[in-house]
Amino acid sequence: MNPFATLLLRDVKLAARSGGSAALALSFFALVATLVPLGVGADLRLLARVAGGVLWVGAVLSALLSLDRLFQGDFEDGSLDLIALSPLPLELTALAKITAHWLSTGLPLTLLSPLLALLFNLPGPATGVLFVSLLIGTPAVSAVGAIGASLTLSLKGGGLILPLIILPLLCPAVIFGAGAVSAALDGLGARDGLGLLAAFAFAAVLLSPFAAAASVRLNLGS
Amino acid sequence: MISSLTAEKLACARGERTLFSALNFRVRAGQALAVEGANGAGKTSLLRLIAGFLAPASGRLVVKIADRESNDADERGKLVGWLGHHDGLKPQLTVAEQLAFWAALYRGKADAAVLEQVGLSRQADLPCRFLSAGQKRRLALARLLVSKRPLWLLDEPFAALDVAGQSLVAQLMARHCGEGGIIIAATHEPLGLSNESLKL
Repeated sequence: MNPFATLLLRDVKLAARSGGSAALALSFFALVATLVPLGVGADLRLLARVAGGVLWVGAVLSALLSLDRLFQGDFEDGSLDLIALSPLPLELTALAKITAHWLSTGLPLTLLSPLLALLFNLPGPATGVLFVSLLIGTPAVSAVGAIGASLTLSLKGGGLILPLIILPLLCPAVIFGAGAVSAALDGLGARDGLGLLAAFAFAAVLLSPFAAAASVRLNLGS
Repeated sequence: MISSLTAEKLACARGERTLFSALNFRVRAGQALAVEGANGAGKTSLLRLIAGFLAPASGRLVVKIADRESNDADERGKLVGWLGHHDGLKPQLTVAEQLAFWAALYRGKADAAVLEQVGLSRQADLPCRFLSAGQKRRLALARLLVSKRPLWLLDEPFAALDVAGQSLVAQLMARHCGEGGIIIAATHEPLGLSNESLKL
């Protein structure tokens, strides 16, 4: 097996075994999605109207829960030194970690979203758009998150600063994603929103490994 | 294969503080260098500098590979077998899983013989959270062996090991030098080799 796949598989295995950071993110997402209808009340039209935004924000916040550990664990126990000396370039290391984070967090959140959309009385077609938008958009959350996680690597309590760094950067994803769901709800095409979201995610996944690798390098030298 | 590592007027600074300066040494293939010095003298920093994690404040580090010289930190890093302060092990993974992971990452081969060699064959299926500090150190040694790197940088290689473990380390180091490898070890104890020493 090549080094990239090796690291990817190990990270997925660790996420599955470490008391389930994926399970934690899913529970958090489900709780947020349950609390909002309780708070807003039984106005079905209003709930359907806010569903896209609430579920997108919920998914982003849930994914954030495990993002600060993306490099931190390996940094603290010395594994990151060893990974940096391995034949795998740090850029590909970052990409492997982003992919592993998406597989263990973003993908399960996406799969859960149609079920949560029921709580918001979101019609079928709009639910489909929500699902597709999360499928396209959550890789961007992991990718942008990797930049934040690598920047806060040597800070104690970096997990608290992390959201302040990456949430502003994720505004486009939330706007396009939730916008596509609203457009579908109004019977307009969701294609524009999804297209912009895909472009954003593509750029994020393509560029963030370079930024994250540069920042990891700085932290290893500190 | 690496034929020598040379430091020329090497200086290292952390923040405002200069840890060492005008450091010169040369280690040839088959030789070991013990780096000695008080706590905080910069032993670990020197190792991190050689590995390429830190950039020198001034001076150069030159590796001679065959008859070509290079002072590129990335290229040097790909020659390094690293045994740091931290063992780099995950409590959730078993001994065999860890070794297989590192072997695959370093494109080496994880065979049971390596675990046997470091005395961990009976613990192969045990998650690392059940290992003692010394056993973790032994697993880190096994990783060093499967990484198949010529330039060993060892930070306190004897730490946490019992007498048998310490003689195992000495034996592995002697074999590595015998095979033409280079060892640079930060240590407070004698390496048990016919090595040079460097006082920081």
